[in-house]
Amino acid sequence: MIELVHSTPIAKVYGEPFLEVPQDLYIPPDALEVFLEQFEGPLDLLLYLIRKENISVLDVPMAQLTRQYLEYVEMMREHQLELAAEYLLMAALLIEIKSRMLLPRPPASQADEEDPRAELVRRLLEYEQMRLAAQRLDALPRAARDFALVQVIIERESVERFPDVDAEDLRSAWLTLLARARATGHHKVTRDHLSVREHMSVILRRLQEHRFVEFGDLFDVSEGVPKLVVTFLALLELAHETLVDLSQQAPFSPIYVRLVESEPAVE
Amino acid sequence: MKSSALEPVQAKTILETALLTSQEPLPLAELKKLFDDDLGSEVLRKLLDELRQEWETRGIELTQVASGWRFRARPEYQKYLDRLNPQRPPRYSRAVLETLAIIAYKQPVTRGDIEDIRGVTVSSNILKTLEARGWIDVVGHREVPGRPGLYATTRAFLDDLNLRSLEELPPLDELGSLVEQGDPAQPSDETEVPERADEADLPESSAMPLHEADEEQPVIH
Repeated sequence: MIELVHSTPIAKVYGEPFLEVPQDLYIPPDALEVFLEQFEGPLDLLLYLIRKENISVLDVPMAQLTRQYLEYVEMMREHQLELAAEYLLMAALLIEIKSRMLLPRPPASQADEEDPRAELVRRLLEYEQMRLAAQRLDALPRAARDFALVQVIIERESVERFPDVDAEDLRSAWLTLLARARATGHHKVTRDHLSVREHMSVILRRLQEHRFVEFGDLFDVSEGVPKLVVTFLALLELAHETLVDLSQQAPFSPIYVRLVESEPAVE
Repeated sequence: MKSSALEPVQAKTILETALLTSQEPLPLAELKKLFDDDLGSEVLRKLLDELRQEWETRGIELTQVASGWRFRARPEYQKYLDRLNPQRPPRYSRAVLETLAIIAYKQPVTRGDIEDIRGVTVSSNILKTLEARGWIDVVGHREVPGRPGLYATTRAFLDDLNLRSLEELPPLDELGSLVEQGDPAQPSDETEVPERADEADLPESSAMPLHEADEEQPVIH
């Protein structure tokens, strides 16, 4: 209680009161690794060091900067981070600049010789400019991330469209068939038991194999009129029960028969 | 003066329907095809402008981007839409973003140019990531040994950022103004010293671990 009046410790570590905020926060080794991996290269690291010390880019104390830079590079080596050649190249460059600055220059050439740091500064600034630009670019609203695009879904895949067949087409097709049957048919008396249902199945079965059958192909004119009639009736019945679909591309073009999809197969 | 005296209201509805059902932004030239009459660009633009105003009160808006006109949801509604699809899209790493920025602002540039500015090797993955996104492509080759490809940003890049042209990119900082940023009297949100380490790539809003945030292999590590 009495101590508290005197000065308030900010924390106690192993029982020892700490009166001051530590200069550098302790970074656990794993975090350090993550921290070091953050740098996007030597320029990024240098910029960080410069900002950390609050020094102007234009007047970088080369000795101090180089020393700090090398400390970090050493840390990276210790932590076995893969050290890219760029980091070593930069270390060499920093040392070179420092040594050039130490060399006395003849007074005559002093005027036109630029500061050995100039090129480094130009690169640092150019990188900084792009680093900031990248952040701003990332902050721009982006399609799919920050806003959605609008598209009303319409049926776009060109499912073949089939015009409806009107009764007249069907009738004329039928009459053509009849006429053909009359012309080629032999007069035969048959006692066939022709079941419409059975023919419906026959047609369906055929349609199972070939999804599209031309209207005319379903009929075998050589089998005579009764068979044709039954087949036709079967077809009408199938259409009626919406088991098959009749379609025609254009007037007088072939009529196609196909299974209506999504219907279960015939038993 | 042909027969079809198209009412402006109807013309607008036609435009609206076409724009809503289109997958891509539609340029004026494309929109003209909707009409029999040769609608002048002026008329068309006026109609589009009116259409945009009509949508002003809705969550959807009509915008003009590099490739033309399109509808988009207003960004302020994204947070609600995100609830339907809670998976956040992956973030691009700094390496990708910096490369993109250099290409966007300095185009056309070669890979070497990018490396000069960033001071590190640009991995092929970075360029591939951006190419796969459709944001950059090779627009030519510099006639020097090796004929390196010259990269530039695409229209899709502008479209995705809802921009009409590169002119609309955020302006670059003057190099001179960057010099002063080391001065603590002038704190800059992004370069402020104490936060620098955390700032590097951690999204503030998401608790995503660092490594997942990287979409491609970082170069240096």
